[in-house]
Amino acid sequence: MDLRDLAADLVARACAAGARAADALVGESEGLSVAVRLGEVDRLKRARQRRAGLRVIVGDSTAIVSTADLSPPALDALAREACALARATAPDPHAGLPDPADLAREQPDLDLYDAAVEELEPPAAIARAREAEAAALAFAPEVTNSEGAEFGGDGGQVAYASSLGFAGAYSGTHWGLSVSPVASRNGTMQRDSWYTAHRKLDALDAPASVGREAARRAVRRLGARRVPTGEYPVVFDPETAASLLRHLAGAIAGPALYRRVSFLLGKLGEAIASPHVTIEDDPLRPAGSGSRPFDGEGVASRRLAVVDAGVLRSYLLDAYSARRLGLPPTGHAARGFGDAPGAAPTNFFLAPGPHTPEAIVASVDAGLYVTELIGFGVNGVTGDYSRGAAGLWIERGELGYPVEEITIAGNLLAMFRGIVMVGDDLVFRHAIAAPTLKVERMTVAGA
Amino acid sequence: MDVTDPRRFFLERFGLSAAALDSVLGTALERRADHAECFFEFRVNQTASLEEGVVKKATRNVSQGVGVRVLAGTRTGYAYSDEVSLERLEIAARTARFIADERSDNPSLPVPSGPRAPHDLYALAEPPIDTPLTDEIALLQRLDAAARAADPAITNVLAGLGIEHRVVLVVNSAGVFVGDVRPLIHLSVTCIAERGTNRQQGTYGGGGRLPFSALTDGRAERFAREAARQALTNLDAIDAPAGTMTVVLGPGWPGILLHEAIGHGLEGDFNRKRVSAFTDRIGTRVASELCTVVDDGTIPLRRGSLNVDDEGTPTSRTILIEKGILRGYLQDRLNASLMGMPLTGNGRRESFAHMPMPRMTNTFMLAGEDAPEDILRSVDRGLYAVSFGGGQVDITSGKFVFSASEAYLIEGGKLGRPVKGATLIGNGPDVLQRISRVGGDLQLDEGIGTCGKDGQSVPVGVGLPTVRIDGLTVGGTQA
Repeated sequence: MDLRDLAADLVARACAAGARAADALVGESEGLSVAVRLGEVDRLKRARQRRAGLRVIVGDSTAIVSTADLSPPALDALAREACALARATAPDPHAGLPDPADLAREQPDLDLYDAAVEELEPPAAIARAREAEAAALAFAPEVTNSEGAEFGGDGGQVAYASSLGFAGAYSGTHWGLSVSPVASRNGTMQRDSWYTAHRKLDALDAPASVGREAARRAVRRLGARRVPTGEYPVVFDPETAASLLRHLAGAIAGPALYRRVSFLLGKLGEAIASPHVTIEDDPLRPAGSGSRPFDGEGVASRRLAVVDAGVLRSYLLDAYSARRLGLPPTGHAARGFGDAPGAAPTNFFLAPGPHTPEAIVASVDAGLYVTELIGFGVNGVTGDYSRGAAGLWIERGELGYPVEEITIAGNLLAMFRGIVMVGDDLVFRHAIAAPTLKVERMTVAGA
Repeated sequence: MDVTDPRRFFLERFGLSAAALDSVLGTALERRADHAECFFEFRVNQTASLEEGVVKKATRNVSQGVGVRVLAGTRTGYAYSDEVSLERLEIAARTARFIADERSDNPSLPVPSGPRAPHDLYALAEPPIDTPLTDEIALLQRLDAAARAADPAITNVLAGLGIEHRVVLVVNSAGVFVGDVRPLIHLSVTCIAERGTNRQQGTYGGGGRLPFSALTDGRAERFAREAARQALTNLDAIDAPAGTMTVVLGPGWPGILLHEAIGHGLEGDFNRKRVSAFTDRIGTRVASELCTVVDDGTIPLRRGSLNVDDEGTPTSRTILIEKGILRGYLQDRLNASLMGMPLTGNGRRESFAHMPMPRMTNTFMLAGEDAPEDILRSVDRGLYAVSFGGGQVDITSGKFVFSASEAYLIEGGKLGRPVKGATLIGNGPDVLQRISRVGGDLQLDEGIGTCGKDGQSVPVGVGLPTVRIDGLTVGGTQA
């Protein structure tokens, strides 16, 4: 049975078992990944997974179940079990599927699948990882060791059906290559990494260029030191700038809002960022990492202006949180097999600005250029922000010595409002992407 | 369904026999492999979540599958499938052995597993997975009431109860044929407190390999009151200081310091590859002589404990640091064999879809002799941190962070005002050398820790007595 029919069949079984409404997600995927270390094959892994998830609404009560056993008797048992669980939970008048008027009528082909995945065999995968790692090891004499290079591809299909009569499916692939070299000097070691990822194999960066960039990043961290505690301008490179967008996306996700655990609660229509900041979400981007023709509840996908010249224009909503907030859904239901839909961005990006990254660095007399952030010091309720950082110290407009064992701290709302320069270097290396950003002032804690 | 005997459970469930598994291992070992293994898993996860005073969602997820692994020198081949049949196992075995086909060195002798028998740390008369959902809902409702009763400023309570039932079976070419049934419960509660536009949260929780009744003896209500107290405390918090200062860590969960600062750096894989800041430092001083740190997977009923690890090796108590001197690493089979070191029972994996790696179990520092109040009194100006969110470490540079979620200023040896959460950052090989006082009040955490490494999450425990650290960077906003 094809996956779409399997999903529809599971919904029918749930309705027969007593559900007033139901929806099901069925997926299968296969993949291969290899890791090479110091030129030798280190790990090879082949994956094969299938899974079905079912949500049922009995009366106004909800339950979610999932299984890897897709045999008809197992699916019948699953449907009955789901209805029994739902009968024990409290009724919720907002529970249920989306309004049928919001469902996707068309399912555009977004070019998410690359048939090359069907031909992927270990020797070719090993060769790519080897080439990338070799380029890193050859980059400089300081590159003395390696955590290895990893290359992988996986492909699969996901199908969704609901008791509203919706049924859809789409296939997708993911390819990725990463390298993690270790550089050393005077008895100290530094590791860094670089990666390339895409839906299409041919769109990946060349293995040798990924390796060289990883090595360049590791070598430039050698000799890192701390800086005195103080307030400084902070420049985020595109990778760390994207992490700020992830925090913002979490704070405008419907569930965080109706639960009152977001620092952006009640800020719709307000300036939450500087006028230099425009943020969009585009689920229909061809071959985009985060693209999909419909959301996790069958709601139509469309491009959305989230922040327009600093003003918050939209939240990211699934059907339930939209009803709770009295707003129309935005098509951002995201769901795994085993839980109720939440809301999450798709291809979520901060629009490029007018400045080259060099001009942004040149504008700073003394400040921090951040290339890595670690830790979990972000409070989504208050926006308070404090994370470990590593990067380069900017002296008189130029990137200088490497720094580490410092923290940067502030409040996310103040940080977004404090973005004074936006780079022109937006590249979709990930579903969530940003150009270089300069925040006027943050507290740097060090020596 | 009888799952008390994992061997019979899996063989019956998938229509397999011991002879068939031997043949699969034979296929995997063919050519020049050192070791072959099948890891079977059956897992049920059940959750109930409360928000806005009611439990309006319950989930139940069942997963099962098998992973076949082949080791050859430093190489690992792995293939997994959630469809379990002899045919799938043979395909997986042939896929996994690919890495042995092109090896250039010779097969090595297998690592002896040792004579130790599996432990029996959490055989529960009433497995928590059998708890009726109605009982779980009643517990969450009582918890909600306790939190809201704490103060009218508590405006919302979010709570989640998770119950896991995991059955595993390891069959390998070294003769291991051992199963384990692992119950796990986890209760967490977040309270939101609001005063005007000031909105704060407090989070608390716990659990372990415990019967459900362990939560119904007042523990759930205690968690709720603790989360509420933390949220209310944070309403009064001022900006945290920034810079290097004396830090006192309270007992229990702040043991996450050990997990991040030294635990990961002592995992065998990083040291075998020589990419850890602790590489080649066994026998050298890495902490003050007040510090003795162990990893112990054998404590009954604890979240981080295991009868056997995910390679079938019985867990143990491993001394990592003894009076300041680095003594040992945490090992899985691959790295122990390559480094010529003993197995420690730390080969763990998230599921059948993952390869095992050296991982921590319950990691803690032994108690010292100081009274906790004397330690506080000894500090003129500094920070006292009692509760933490997550942490992270860069293994190679040794830099680690962990984020305080409840902390106070210390002024003149006395507790001052609460401060907002802040990240603490330090250097692993250095920070424990700055420990100048160790309290006699060792506590293990309540059972909430989950450790992530290379994309794999496993439950762990930590513990710490009150300690004084002379100089740690506090990442507040008040420079």
